[in-house]
Amino acid sequence: MYINPMKNGLKKFTEAITEKILLFSSGITTLTVILIVIFLFKEGMGLFSSPDIEEGYVLAVNQENPINQLTPEESMEVFDSKITSWKELGGKEEDILVFRLSDVTNYADETSLGDEFQFLPHVLDSIITVNPGIIAFIPQQYIDSTFTGKILNNGHITAESFFDGKYWYPTASPSPLFGLLPLISGTLWISLFAILIALPFGLAVAIYMAELANQRTRKIIKPIIELLAGIPSVVYGFFGLVVLVPLVQKVFNLPVGESGLVGSIILAIMALPTIITVAEDAIRTTPRSMREASLALGANHWQTIYKVVLPYSMSGITAAAVLGIGRAIGETMAVLMVSGNAAIIPSSLLEPMRTIPATIAAELGEAPVGGIHYKALFLLGCILFILTLIISISVELINTRKKA
Amino acid sequence: MKKKQVTQNIAFWIFRIFSFTVVGILFWILGFIISKGIQVINWDFLTQPPTDGMTGGGIFPAIMGTLYLTIGSIIVAFPIGVLSGIYINEYAANNWFVKLIRIMTTNLSSVPSIVFGLFGMALFVNTLGFGDSIIAGSLTLGLLTLPVVIRVTEEALHAIDDSFRTASYALGATKLQTIRKVILPMALPNIMTGLILSIGRVSGETAPILFTAVAYFLPKLPSSIFDQVMALPYHLYVISTSGTDLAASRPIAYGTALVLIVIILIINIIATLLRNYFGKKVKTNF
Repeated sequence: MYINPMKNGLKKFTEAITEKILLFSSGITTLTVILIVIFLFKEGMGLFSSPDIEEGYVLAVNQENPINQLTPEESMEVFDSKITSWKELGGKEEDILVFRLSDVTNYADETSLGDEFQFLPHVLDSIITVNPGIIAFIPQQYIDSTFTGKILNNGHITAESFFDGKYWYPTASPSPLFGLLPLISGTLWISLFAILIALPFGLAVAIYMAELANQRTRKIIKPIIELLAGIPSVVYGFFGLVVLVPLVQKVFNLPVGESGLVGSIILAIMALPTIITVAEDAIRTTPRSMREASLALGANHWQTIYKVVLPYSMSGITAAAVLGIGRAIGETMAVLMVSGNAAIIPSSLLEPMRTIPATIAAELGEAPVGGIHYKALFLLGCILFILTLIISISVELINTRKKA
Repeated sequence: MKKKQVTQNIAFWIFRIFSFTVVGILFWILGFIISKGIQVINWDFLTQPPTDGMTGGGIFPAIMGTLYLTIGSIIVAFPIGVLSGIYINEYAANNWFVKLIRIMTTNLSSVPSIVFGLFGMALFVNTLGFGDSIIAGSLTLGLLTLPVVIRVTEEALHAIDDSFRTASYALGATKLQTIRKVILPMALPNIMTGLILSIGRVSGETAPILFTAVAYFLPKLPSSIFDQVMALPYHLYVISTSGTDLAASRPIAYGTALVLIVIILIINIIATLLRNYFGKKVKTNF
């Protein structure tokens, strides 16, 4: 047989090129993960080198004031009039006088400020000199070289203040507070309770589908589960908002119905398809011989399920639960719509709560790009990414242990 | 002996009741939205833009926006995803590189959609300068769908018995010819079913497009891929959570939710029909 060498060469060339194209395509997921990590962490880590006071502003006090520095929490309490004496901050026995730039008209008339506010730095300086108990929150540009007051050293946002912070007040002035605790506790409460609701139902459906239902019933239920997985999260959120929120409000007699509980219920419904599918697959992998051995020993169907099938498929069921938690932790829109979004550390499931994804979704639109709030939201994204990564790795570990 | 039987009956009835509760929940949600939404939907609702500050008119721009974003993400995800799936299942040796790709694909599929939103905003909107646009939204949604497309393709190819490959090689076909003429045609129904289901997923996603593509209200349709769009899921979110005149905007929310549900229903029905049709065909042929 004659083989045209040209044609053969072309063929080989095409084969090689195709393989390269395919190889390149399959590298894109890896590239995406790397890019996600780079972009998320680049923006997020920027938070820790940001000053803990609003950018472009300073806190100034009287020359005589012994205080050199305030923590963000302290300055928030000072400006909220929760701390009213310098003594509480370790200073002199002196009442605190809070001063913002807008208060300047109480101290000086327009003529003394000048037509174009050219005397403003001077006026500010004299106000600070006259009032020994003053703390002034003013733009840095109005501090000139002749300034006689004392500018407080501002610190930087620390990892400790982020991970151990109890308050999430991203737009508070003078010092925004970025504390993770209320958000992470809201996320965990809602997700864990969601799994608590979803697991019994998911497991029951999985057992029913794998062990009890006949072919026809299964053919009906399977697409229904698929449909349940296909419904968009906003639709779940909307349903929760118009049906479950009023219901929970009425049943528990709450001031507002938007609460962690509604979030958990909606998330439970949304996590069901994942749990059912994974658990059913796990139950089905139980070898026939094991079931038959159990039945031959005189156990009935339920005893076989309970003593043989479930223990055998336990790792798969665990994987299902963990995957379900992963879904719940990352879910955004539905939770945002029904759980009330109060960024406080919850003490009961009936309170409004706010999760990490909901915070990002609700606040990113208002945060100026590149600003401190923007960076803080990206850092939340990093936390979320790490949480789901841990979950994905644990599922992987559970699955490999099963195979071994 | 009798007690054993009673326990079994109780247990099995609990499973049945729980299962029917789950089915019931789905029908409750569907029934509620269909019954409320059907009163709102008419031709004008589907073909007119919103009026009177979202309290009147229709949702036409949102429907079109979702269509654009879905098509855009299909263009991004399907070719890359199917090609990757083919590579992983047909070409890849069991080396570290393939293991890395597998791990990365699994990880990517577990990344929450809001993180994709952050990523899309940082990369496409800000760094590459696309702004809030169809292209930024489509790329973000496309990357989100990529792992699903890869898995679907991989599973479909994996299900084909090796004997078909060896038979094709035995006839002198090359690897590429085997894939093109034997493997892909056989796997196509399963791939199609998976892809159609993933379209449903994409069309309902909100979090990834929140900061990459959508606008609250646009009177006109976008004129290029660098324009912002309205989108159905975002529209539903906005009109159900904000706005002062709830009594006037609620019906529109019900209508929007119904349109979203109908899209998902149609997609799921097509997928199921396709699977049943080809499932039978494959059985009779072989």
